[in-house]
Amino acid sequence: MTTHERPTTLLAELTHRCPLHCPYCSNPLDLLRAESEIGTEDWKRVFTQARELGVLQLGLSGGEPMVRKDLEELAVHARSLGLYTTLVTSGLGLTRKRAEALRAAGLEHVQVSVQDADPETAERIAGISSVKQKQAAIAVVKELGFAFSINVVLHRANLDRIGEIIDMAAGYGADRLELANTQYYGWGLRNRASLMPTREQVLRAKAIAQERMKRYKGQMQITFVLPDYFEELPKACYGGWGRYYIVVAPDGRALPCHGAYAIPSLELPNVRERSIDWIWHESPAFQAFRGDAWMKEPCRSCPRKAVDFGGCRCQALALTGDAANADPVCTLSPHRHLIDEALLEHAGAEAYVYRELAPEPQRA
Amino acid sequence: MAISPDAVPRLWRLARLDYDPARQRPVLLYPEGAVLLNDTGRAILELVDGSRTVAQIAAELSNRYQTDVTADVTAYLSQLAERELIQ
Repeated sequence: MTTHERPTTLLAELTHRCPLHCPYCSNPLDLLRAESEIGTEDWKRVFTQARELGVLQLGLSGGEPMVRKDLEELAVHARSLGLYTTLVTSGLGLTRKRAEALRAAGLEHVQVSVQDADPETAERIAGISSVKQKQAAIAVVKELGFAFSINVVLHRANLDRIGEIIDMAAGYGADRLELANTQYYGWGLRNRASLMPTREQVLRAKAIAQERMKRYKGQMQITFVLPDYFEELPKACYGGWGRYYIVVAPDGRALPCHGAYAIPSLELPNVRERSIDWIWHESPAFQAFRGDAWMKEPCRSCPRKAVDFGGCRCQALALTGDAANADPVCTLSPHRHLIDEALLEHAGAEAYVYRELAPEPQRA
Repeated sequence: MAISPDAVPRLWRLARLDYDPARQRPVLLYPEGAVLLNDTGRAILELVDGSRTVAQIAAELSNRYQTDVTADVTAYLSQLAERELIQ
């Protein structure tokens, strides 16, 4: 067995249920229903095993994690283990009563998603009336003294308001602001032509973000990462496959990244049957693209292979048909033209395919 | 930029000192990140309490280790300030 790092981060996707319908959702196209979700004791066991293996950070995510009635109990357990826990929420369902219970449970950090500074566009993107509820949730988060982050997914329809978005987050009193450019997997890939910005939009937004970083230094930390389509070299997805990150899906399947559902050759282990330790060290899925033995050219002989690990496997699969190819974002990839063609998709009007559950399957 | 000897640093509100039993290392935790510390790092950060100056922290540790560690303490705190993990 090759030596590898201990994981640092567990993303617990507690549910795929969510009142919002954002067209760039990072959940898979094939959303899971409530009846397939694993139970409270399963999650507590997973947290304990993850902590024993070395996990420091826990994300309680979804879907919308507030739909889980056992969230408070899970937060108590996470805190007792010493995990630094982030609730990743839309704000919907984060009532005063539940926020107080989560504070009492020892939850430290709440991240609320905001869709735009313009309420009308924000609700068009979310596919639901949600701005007032988010504002109420944010006020309670601040009042109770949580560490507080705002996350905004950026795309063609909101990038031109990045200055207003940053000022709004500062006005809300956020400690951190994550400006996350849309990633084109799953729903984002489905909606790529409606989400893709122009290069001019991206460069202008970057300049404004850099100016605001200086303005708000010491008050609010701002992270802004260029969308990888606009780069020439791929990103080290999750710091490399099976190096730091474990995602557990609502039904207990464990993945090295939250896009890995889409790689059909992966046999995903399930926490109902296997320990986190086994999943990390032994499971074929977590070893599939660990290290560099799996690489083809141009990655195999590339000096950057220990820097970016060939980029994103899910993007390689989705765009080139083979998860072991170089990430087509890389200008050394023979498939880079697929990215350049996609960059021209910004012309049309927005016609979102909203995230939602597939119709109820017919029962035999 | 080096941190001033008169500065009174405190941990970023979102950061917390803890111990990682798996790696048997002290660790500084904060949203989406962690810094694994050695014993010296922990000794410095335990004195970063919002009441001591950088000079006082350096003096206290110089006394404890019986050698002048002012330069090391200043460099360490400057680096954490640059990353906005102390203020």
